Parts: sequence; structure tokens; C-alpha cells
Amino acid sequence: MNVLLLLLILMVLAGLWSILTSLLLRATIALALTSVLLTVVMFQMNAPLAAVFELSVCAGLISVVFISVISLTHRQPLKEYLARRQKRILRFWPLPVLLLVVGVGLSFVHRPVHIMLPHPTAFGDIRIMMWQLRRLDLFGQILVLLAGVYGVLILFRGNKNGN
Amino acid sequence: MNYLLIFVPFIALVLVNLLPKKLRPISSFLVLLLILAAQSIFAALAPFGLIRAVGAVRMEHLFGFHLLIDNLSLLLLLSAGIVGFSALMVAWHSIKDEDDRFNFTNLLFILLIGMNGISMLRDLFSLYVFIEAIAVSTFIMILLYKAREAYEGALKYLILSVVASVMMLSSIALFIMFCGGTSFEVIKLSLVSSGALARIAIALFICGLFIKGGLVPFHGWLADAYTSAPAPVSVVLAGVVTKASGIFTLIRLLTAVIGFSPATKDLLLIIGAISIVIGALAALGQKDIKRMLAYSSISQMGYILVALGCGTRLGLIAAAFHFLNHAIFKSQLFANAAAVEEQTGSRDLGSLGGLAQKMPVTGITSAIASLSTAGIPPLSGFWSKLLIIIALWVSGNYFYAVIAVLASLLTLAYFLTLQREAFFGQVSVKVSSVTEASAGMLIPAVLLSAMTVGLGLVFPFVIKYFVR
Repeated sequence: MNVLLLLLILMVLAGLWSILTSLLLRATIALALTSVLLTVVMFQMNAPLAAVFELSVCAGLISVVFISVISLTHRQPLKEYLARRQKRILRFWPLPVLLLVVGVGLSFVHRPVHIMLPHPTAFGDIRIMMWQLRRLDLFGQILVLLAGVYGVLILFRGNKNGN
Repeated sequence: MNYLLIFVPFIALVLVNLLPKKLRPISSFLVLLLILAAQSIFAALAPFGLIRAVGAVRMEHLFGFHLLIDNLSLLLLLSAGIVGFSALMVAWHSIKDEDDRFNFTNLLFILLIGMNGISMLRDLFSLYVFIEAIAVSTFIMILLYKAREAYEGALKYLILSVVASVMMLSSIALFIMFCGGTSFEVIKLSLVSSGALARIAIALFICGLFIKGGLVPFHGWLADAYTSAPAPVSVVLAGVVTKASGIFTLIRLLTAVIGFSPATKDLLLIIGAISIVIGALAALGQKDIKRMLAYSSISQMGYILVALGCGTRLGLIAAAFHFLNHAIFKSQLFANAAAVEEQTGSRDLGSLGGLAQKMPVTGITSAIASLSTAGIPPLSGFWSKLLIIIALWVSGNYFYAVIAVLASLLTLAYFLTLQREAFFGQVSVKVSSVTEASAGMLIPAVLLSAMTVGLGLVFPFVIKYFVR
């Protein structure tokens, strides 16, 4: 079996685990695992810069944020946890079945695909490419970050009445 | 001028945040009010050649990217200017806490930059980035007071927004695969030779825009988000934000990239007609003023969509005119709802009654906006609805024209219900000691009413603006 195909299957399984598990910590670990597998896929597909971003931000930074928030919560009683797990299984069982059906269905599609992706080295250094060709997008992302900063200020500011 | 439309608000945002803390709220309010007024004047006068955009080429060399203004851009710039101005005025009087007011103003700066960017962009990925900037700032605006129901509204908005983002990103990925780029020219050129996958990419992006625009069947988030948001946020959300992210981007894509194929026209007509009917029927059964207005928005956006579905020049003109009219009368109705809530502490139609006697200005302006929405002559809403119905009839879509006419009766029915239960009849006990809203709250309502009446009366002159 192709290594890339195996990695993609493992990635989908890890993604499914992150959705199906009813424990937040396990979901975070599964999500980090999904990102790590995606990182390997990106390296395999000759996109090292995207892979490094995926590994550092999605697998690293976001997992740290999630775990920090989880550490602020407290454990659910066992009885409630079991009931929630049961509900979750009932709610999400069609998801793996659906994925399997879509996967099998797509494997029968044999259409020739003409991809026009530019070669990674076509623009030379990706950082220069980003600055020269996508400068406006960087400005847009600064706006998103700024909005996020105000979000943190608003959501995490205590109420004036002390609550 | 086009570059200034995004850099002036950005620099102003940075500068007001550097001021001493005491000066920040008032300075940010005044600076943004000035920017919004200047933008509205520019967008209103530019099509008549009274103001010219100069220095664009030199600025392009400086910044290294293209921002182009055409008459469609001016439509969004004008709507954003008018609605932003109204929302800011409402915010100044309805948001009591200074920090909240300052945060709202800052987010409105970001929203304005995002909308101005969308109006001038010709690249699918850049459009997506700016749409996301709008979505994030709107999501936070809804949570400004951190009320429990706002969390529910914002969460629904966030979840559906993420679904829309996934669809749009998948579409962009497909376009990059098949076209090798995301600029409008590249995509348009490659659409000719691309097959089924290009159609899937287009369908995904349009579905994403339908979610952002809150059209049926993707409207689940809209009523909760509009209702639970603070008053000025509802004004800006209903007046321009959902239309900028959803409908405007759709119009831009249809006119600049996709074109009007028979399948696209059918899709627009069907989704539009369903939105008109379901939005109007849902509005009929509401008791909360803001919820009724939210469902009314879905219905009115359906009108814009069916006009686009004609695929004709007249249809486009009608859609553009209704786009502007909706921005005016819907933000006015939400401003009126804010005034009612501010003075009575309630939005429940069951507990209000006879408010027109206690709040005459709010009553009259609300009646004008309601009648304009229902398409009563000679108000501006009448002309845009008339144009939509004529466009549908002329293009041979008789069935949809009949639906548009019948749904107008439904619109009239729910607005008459609103007027009767809130403003007319016996003065209810709860509102017996109520007084008129403050002057600051009334200024946007009076200005927007004057625009509704004025645009209707000088329609033959105004229509030139849209024909160009």
C-alpha cells in the first residue's frame, strides 16, 4: 500500500476519534495526532513550510491552548460521563459509516484530473512570494487577528459588578 | 481614493487606541463618524462625476495590490457608510458602559475596513480573508454584553459560519488545482475549459455565500443572532453585514466570473422564492419585534436573489436598488426597535400598545420604514419591488413574479400587525409613563426615513445611478 494512502487513512481515523470520544483531553490528543499526520503528509507532498506551520501552530500551540482551558474545568461525575458517552455514540455512529461509503464511492471514480498547481519552487522563496503577491491577504489576516484581540478583551474582561 | 478607503480607517483605528484612556471613547466615536459620513458622501456623489478617484496607479505601485472601484463597489460603500453611521449613533446612546462603547467602535472600524475591502477586491482568496475578518468581528460584537442568549446566538452564527468557511476554502482549493490561481480573470478563463469539478467548486462557494447571507435553507443562525445581539449590532448586522458577506459577493461573482447560466438562474430563483415565502410566513408568527424583523430580512434578501435570477440587466438594477433600500429601511426598523426597547424595556408585541402617542417620532419613522418594506408607493421600497416584479415578468418568470406580489401582501400583513400591536390602539399600562427616545436615537431614524421618502420621490433621477 502507498505510504501516502496509509497516512491519509490514519489521519481520517484520528480525526474520527477526536469527534467520537467523549473526553475533552482525549479529543485534544486525537486532534494533535491528526495534525501530526497531516504534517507528515505535507512533507511527503513537498510542502515543508506548510508542514512546519501545521506542526507548530495546529499540533503545538492550539493543543497547548486546549489543554490549558481543560485544566480550568472540573471532572464530570462517572454516572453523567457514562450517560453522555452513550448519547454521543448514538448521535455520531452514522459518521464513520458515511465516511466509509463516501470513500468507497470515490474509489470507483476514475476521471482524469488535470491539476495546474504551480511547482513549489516556481516563485522562489515562499516568504517573498507571500509578500509580493499576497500582501493584501496578509493585511486581511491582521484584521482577523485584531478582531480576535478585541474578542479576548471583551470575553475575558470581568463584569464591572464583580461577577 | 480606493486605497484610502481601507487605510484611513485602519490608521485611525491604531491612532485612537494610542490616545490616553479618557480620550479614547469620544475620539474613536467622532473619528469613525467623520469617516462614515465622508465615505457616504463620496459613494453618493462619485457616480455622477462630482468626485473623482485620483492617484490610484501611484498608490498601486506603493502597496503592490489592486483595489478597483466600480459602481457596484459604490453601492456597498454607500450602504456601509449609511448603516455604519446609524449604528454608531444608536450605539452612542444605547451602550451605557464606556469600555463596551469603545470596543464596539473598534470592531465597527474593522467591520468597515472588511466591507470596503470586499467592495473593491477581484480575487477569490482575498475576498474570503476579508469575509472572515467581518465574521470574526461580528461574532464578537454579538457577545458585547456577554448575555446568555447572546452566547447561543453567537455560537449558532459561529458554527454555521465555520461550515460556510469550509465550503469556501474547499472551493478555493479546487480553483487553485484547476486554474492555478484565484484571481477573477484566471478563474473566468479556466471555467470555459473546466468540467464538472469547476461546477462543484462554484456550487460550494455559492452555498458558502448562501449561509453567510442567511438564505433558506441555511438561515438557522440568523434570527437568533439578530435577536440576541445588542441594539446597534443588530442595526449593522441586518443592515449591511450579512448582505455584504453573502449577497454582494454573490452579485460580484455572478457579474465578474460565473455569469448567468440557466442552472444558476434556476438555483437563484428557487432559493430566492423559498426565502421570500418562508421568511414572510415566519415573520407573521413572531411576537418579538427584533425576531420579526430578522425573518423579514430573510424574505427581503429572497427578493434580491429572485431579481438576480432573472439574469437580465433590469434584474441586476432591481437587485442593486433593493440592496440599498433594504440597508436603509431595515437598519431604520432595527434603530426603531432599539428606541422602543430602550424606553419600554420590552420587545414583546403583546405587552406594548399605543406607543405612537408616547413616542410619535419613533412611531412615524417606523411606519414609513414598514410601508417601504411592504412596497407601498411612493416610498423607495415600492420602486425596487416594482422593478423586481417587472424584471421577473419580462424575463418570462411569471410564477416567481406572482410569488413576489403575493409575498408583498404577507409583508404588509406582518408589518401592519407590528404597527397595530406596538404603536397604535389603546396605550397599554406598561407604556403609560414612557417618553420619546433621546435625540441621538432619533437622528438616524429621521435621516433614514428622509432617505426612504426622498429616494422614492426622486426615483427617476436616482435610477440613473443604478443604470450606470
